[in-house]
Amino acid sequence: MRGHFIRASAFGVAAALISFGAWAQTIKVAYIDPLSGPFANVGEQGLAEFRFAVDRINASGILGKQKLEVVPFDNKVSPQESLNQLKRVIDQNIRYITQGNSSAVAGALIEAVNRHNERNPGKEILYLNYAAVDPAFTNEKCSFWHFRFDANADMKMESLTTYMAGQKNIKKVYLLNQDYSFGQAVKKAAREMLARKRPDIQIVGDDLHPLGQVKDFAPYVAKIKQSGADSVITGNWGNDMSLLVKAGKDAGLDVAWYTYYAGGLGTPTAMGEAAAGKVKIIAEYHSNVANNKAAKWDAEYRKQAPKGNPDFYFLRGKIMWEMFAKAIAEAKSAEPKAVALALEGMKHQGDLGEVEMRKSDHQLIQPLYVLTLVKAAAKGGPKEARIDMEGSGLAPITDARMEGYTSATPSSCQMKRP
Amino acid sequence: MEFFLVQTLNGISYGLLLFMLSSGLTLVFSLMGVLNFAHASFYMLGAYFAYQISTKIGFWPALVVAPVLVGAIGMLIERWGLRQVHKHGHVAELLFTFGLAYLIEEAVHLVWGRSAVDYRVPPDLDGPLFTIFTSQYPIYRGFMMLVSVAMLVSVWLALTRTRIGLVIQAALTHPQTVEALGHNVPRVFMLVFGGGTALAGLAGVIGGNAFVTEPGMAASVGPIIFVIVVVGGMGSLAGAFIASLLIGCMQTFAVALDWNLVGGIKMSQLAPVLPYLLMVLLLIFRPTGLMGTREG
Repeated sequence: MRGHFIRASAFGVAAALISFGAWAQTIKVAYIDPLSGPFANVGEQGLAEFRFAVDRINASGILGKQKLEVVPFDNKVSPQESLNQLKRVIDQNIRYITQGNSSAVAGALIEAVNRHNERNPGKEILYLNYAAVDPAFTNEKCSFWHFRFDANADMKMESLTTYMAGQKNIKKVYLLNQDYSFGQAVKKAAREMLARKRPDIQIVGDDLHPLGQVKDFAPYVAKIKQSGADSVITGNWGNDMSLLVKAGKDAGLDVAWYTYYAGGLGTPTAMGEAAAGKVKIIAEYHSNVANNKAAKWDAEYRKQAPKGNPDFYFLRGKIMWEMFAKAIAEAKSAEPKAVALALEGMKHQGDLGEVEMRKSDHQLIQPLYVLTLVKAAAKGGPKEARIDMEGSGLAPITDARMEGYTSATPSSCQMKRP
Repeated sequence: MEFFLVQTLNGISYGLLLFMLSSGLTLVFSLMGVLNFAHASFYMLGAYFAYQISTKIGFWPALVVAPVLVGAIGMLIERWGLRQVHKHGHVAELLFTFGLAYLIEEAVHLVWGRSAVDYRVPPDLDGPLFTIFTSQYPIYRGFMMLVSVAMLVSVWLALTRTRIGLVIQAALTHPQTVEALGHNVPRVFMLVFGGGTALAGLAGVIGGNAFVTEPGMAASVGPIIFVIVVVGGMGSLAGAFIASLLIGCMQTFAVALDWNLVGGIKMSQLAPVLPYLLMVLLLIFRPTGLMGTREG
C-alpha cells in the first residue's frame, strides 16, 4: 500500500517535470467538445481529425521546434459543463480553445472568454470555432477573441438560395425545422432570401417541430405532400434528418431536400438509399470534389481513422490548423493577442481555393458547394461518385461550386479591439 | 379526403407500434408488479440483434431469433438478478432495472459503437402496399400493424386460454396455493419476465429498421411507453392498446392541424407534448388510468 503510494507520487513528480520541460516548446489547444454521452461520436471524430492535422503540421516544421498539441476536454454538449472545463483549461495555463458542437455552448464560451480576457490582461484565451454557426457570433456578439472557420447559418443559406434561384423547376417550397434557435434562424433566413431572389416561389408550408422528439415523421410527410411542394428546406440534423427522409421515401414523396446536415455523422447510414438523388447539402467540402488538393490528405486520414468514423469531414478543420500555425509563425510568438492580430485579415491558399479570415468580424470567407447524395459508383451510380460516405452506398457529387463572395454576407460587427 | 385517410392510417400504425413497445412493459407490471425501467433497452437490444442476425442469415430468421435471444437474456436477468433483489421490495427492483438500462446502453456502445448501424427494411417488404389516390402506403407499415395485432391476440389467448396462462394468473394472486399444487412459481415469473422482454425485442426487430438503430433509441422511446402504460392503466393490456391508438392518432392529427393557438404557437408545434399533457390530466382526474383497476 505504502510502496504503491510512494511509487505513484514519484511517478507523478516525474511526469510533472517532463511536462514542465516540454512546456516551452508545446502550444496546447484545448478541444472542448462532447466525448461522452449521445454526441460523443461527433466529438471523437473532430478530435481524431484534429490530431491528424496537428501531427502533419508538427512534422512539416512550419513552427520550428515548437509543437502543437490538442488536449481533449469533455463538455457533454452542455454550456455549464463547458464553463467548468474552461476553468480547468485556464488552471492548466492553456491559452487556446477550440469548440464546434452547439451554438449554445459557443455562446457561453464566447462570453466567458471575453470576461476572462478583460480581467486577466496578459493571460488572454483565444477561441477557434470550427462549427458553431449562429450568425450572432460574427455579428452583434462578435469578439476579437473569437475566430470562426465555418460559414455561419445565414451565409450557408445565402449560397443555398442563390443556387435554388437558378433552378427554374422550383415553384413551391416547404420549410420544416427544429424548434430552437438554429431551426428558427434557418426558417427566417430562407423566407427572407427566397423572397428577395425568387419572389415567384411560393412558401407552401412552414412548420417547426420539437428537437429530437419526433419518432414518426409520416404525418409531416403527408402534410408536405398535401401542400404540393417540390422542394423542402430543412436545418434538421441527426435522427430528425434521417427519419424525415426515410418517411418521405416510404410515402413516395417526390421532393428535393435542401439541407445543412444530411452529411452529418451517422445520417447517411441511417437514411440509406432512400436519400439517393434527392438530398442536397450545402458544405465546404466532400470527398469527390473536383480538383481536390486535399485528396491525398483525405485518403491518408481514412487509413487510420477511428472505427465507425471512416470519413474525412472537416476540411475547415485542416484550414483552421494551417492558418493557426501560419499565424504563430508570422507573429513569431505563441501569445494569443499576437496570434489573433496575425490571423485577422489573413489570406490563405486553401485546398479548394483561396480563403480569407475577414478582419471586420473574424469570419472565414470560403467557397461552398451544393452537393447531392447519389448512389455510389460501385453500386451503379455516376462515375464521379467514387467515395461513399460511411460505407453507406451514398456518395456526394457536386451540383455547384459557390465562390466565397456568394456567401460573404455583410456583418453588423463592431469589434472592440484590445 | 386523401389527406384525412393517410393521416388516419399513419395514426393507427404509429399507435400500433407504440402498443408493441409498451405491451411487454404492462404485462410484466401486471403479472409481477415490477416496473421495468430497462424495458426500452430490451427494445434496443432486439433491434441490434436483428441487425446482426440479418446481416448474416437474413431478416426473416432474425424476426424469430432476435426476440428469443432477448427473452433468454431477460430470463437470465430475472433468475440471477431481479429474483435476488425482489426480497428487498419494489424500490430495490426499480433501482435495479434503472441501473440495468445504463448497463445495456454501455454494452451496446462497446459492441456496436456510438453511431447508427445500417439496419434496413428487407427488400420483400420495401415498397408501396397500396395507393390512396396519389399517396403511397408502405408495405412495411402494413407489416408493422399486422405483427402488432397478432401480438395482442396471441398474448391475450396465451393468458386466458392456455394452461400456463392460468397458472400465471393464479400465481399472481395465490402464489402459495399454486406452489402447493406443484407448480414452480419462481420459474413462472422467470418465464413472464422473459416473455415481456421478448415482446420488447420483437418491437425492436420491427422498429429498428422502420426508424433508426442507434444507441440513443432506448432513451428516445423510454418516456412515451411509460405514458402509454400510465394512461392505459397500470397493468392493463387492453388499456395499453387503447392508449396507444389514442396517442398515435392524437399526435398525428395534431401535426396536421395548422390552428394557431395563443402567442402564435401552432398546434403542430405542440404535437409531441400532447401525450404528456394527457398523462398529467389523467393522473389528476382518473389516477387509475383508462382501464386500470390497481392503485398505481
